[in-house]
Amino acid sequence: MARSTFGRKGPVAYLLRLLVIAYLFFLVAWPVSLVVTNTFDEGFVSISDLFADPDVVTALRLTLIAAVSAVVINTVFGVGISLLLVRYEFPGKRALSALIDLPLSVSPIVVGLALVLVYGGREGWLGPTLERVGIQVIFSTPGIVMATAFVALPLVIREVVPVLTEVGIEQEQAAESLGANAWQRFVRITLPSVKWAIVYGVVLSLARSLGEFGAVKVVSGNVLGETRTATLVVEEKYLNFDQQGAYATAFLLAMVSVACIVVVSLIRPKSHD
Amino acid sequence: MSIEVAGVNKKFGDFVALENVNVTIPTGQLTALLGPSGGGKSTLLRIIAGLETADSGTISINGNDATRLPAQKRNVGFVFQHYAVFKHMTVAKNVAFGLEIRKRPKAEVAARVDELLKLVHLGQFAHRLPSQLSGGQRQRMALARALAVEPQVLLLDEPFGALDAKVRKELRDWLRRLHDEVHVTTVFVTHDQEEALEVADEIVVINEGRVEQVGSPDQLYDEPANNFVMGFLGEVTTLNGRLVRPHDVEVATSPRPEALTGTVSRVLRIGFEVRATVTTEAGDVTTVMTRTHARSLGLESGVQVWLSEAAGATTVPVEPTTTVG
Repeated sequence: MARSTFGRKGPVAYLLRLLVIAYLFFLVAWPVSLVVTNTFDEGFVSISDLFADPDVVTALRLTLIAAVSAVVINTVFGVGISLLLVRYEFPGKRALSALIDLPLSVSPIVVGLALVLVYGGREGWLGPTLERVGIQVIFSTPGIVMATAFVALPLVIREVVPVLTEVGIEQEQAAESLGANAWQRFVRITLPSVKWAIVYGVVLSLARSLGEFGAVKVVSGNVLGETRTATLVVEEKYLNFDQQGAYATAFLLAMVSVACIVVVSLIRPKSHD
Repeated sequence: MSIEVAGVNKKFGDFVALENVNVTIPTGQLTALLGPSGGGKSTLLRIIAGLETADSGTISINGNDATRLPAQKRNVGFVFQHYAVFKHMTVAKNVAFGLEIRKRPKAEVAARVDELLKLVHLGQFAHRLPSQLSGGQRQRMALARALAVEPQVLLLDEPFGALDAKVRKELRDWLRRLHDEVHVTTVFVTHDQEEALEVADEIVVINEGRVEQVGSPDQLYDEPANNFVMGFLGEVTTLNGRLVRPHDVEVATSPRPEALTGTVSRVLRIGFEVRATVTTEAGDVTTVMTRTHARSLGLESGVQVWLSEAAGATTVPVEPTTTVG
């Protein structure tokens, strides 16, 4: 029954296909392709112009630093929290699991404001204390990293948890009975089993982190050449009628994300069991 | 020198998995923990392995108290029902795992892996991934992996439970022969009484968290301690208030002293075997005989027969409070 339904090539199937293709075209493919064509209106000039501007280079570097730091933090904590959620029973586990999805449902602007409330240099709850020992969070790189890490928090966890659940604990128990200690079990058994889930989570986190705008805009202060990230450069250039520069920067950001996903789908083995 | 289990209790929430279990498992033998599903036999095996901790009681292995020892330090080989193969490693790497953890020299590891894979007839599969093996091959690999570290005891949790009937039978014979070669103290869990009777030197019958009886297959079959053991090891029927095996009921077509009379209500032929149900004043009695014997008696529905226990039959008085499995 199910098979014949899937294989059917009636008018409904074609109509559905047409709808999906039209939807993807108007919503994703066309707008993105326009960014590409606009970028290369005058050849590679717009790209080379970007790299000639030291402020843009600083912004790109800052975005890269923030994104990579956020990904590293989220990967380490993500794997740890995943293990906690899958392997242990504790009171408040459901609450923790729900809390992890919060960054996906809360607007990044709210995330930014929340961070300012806690770490703000003058009015923040913890900020003045940190400032006294010489650590500035808001309007500085730590704040940008924190905001980025916050919005990308669930991505690694949501990739790793289902795989970890499916793998089960028997392989680890077998390793334990063969004499492996907790660290050896983690490195030799658990980590290789969830390797591809982690890679996917990292790629998604990286793509999300590179593109983060709202939260970063609030916490960074958007100081030219210091705390302005690449996405903020896009906005700035767009508002200043430098559309060419805006498209070129947007193109660069999009390309890094697309490249990550393409590379992973190429190196990922066909059957990964 | 053996495994000593003393006064072990284990609860999962309100469920009593094991209740004051005391067992001694002899060295160098193949022992079966036999019982119905949910009876606590796997839990006992996992407690011996250190994969589960008892609420109270002690475990000692070869005279050393292992109660508080983590699984990784017990030097126990464990084989799981669903193989628990390391999916991302080749067959050879799987088998080498325990030796590599122990940091043995590479040449020694390679030689030992080679030897073990030959022992389990997987020599030509060394470089395959477990996903390329059949269920029976995976379980043999898991066994080689467990044996690689030269464990003091080998524990198998329903090792053939996930395999089809034919492979299960082959592996059962093979395990028996393997044990005759390597002589490591082996304990395996099964709910299949035929498997236990065929393979084990010694059987521990466990039901509802308690040990019902310990003995050799012959002892258990010939001198069952109670209704449960009698009923679990083979078919039973009730004759004159005693449990008796259907093939131990003698059927006569003429009156005999002390025989119970009744009429045949149903005759069922299965291959060479005939099962006849006889309705008596004291309820239905099942009997089993060969087809030839049934024919010579002229056994068919409505015939009056006289039933008695065969000489030397194993019988147990019926305990009305116990349900027979």
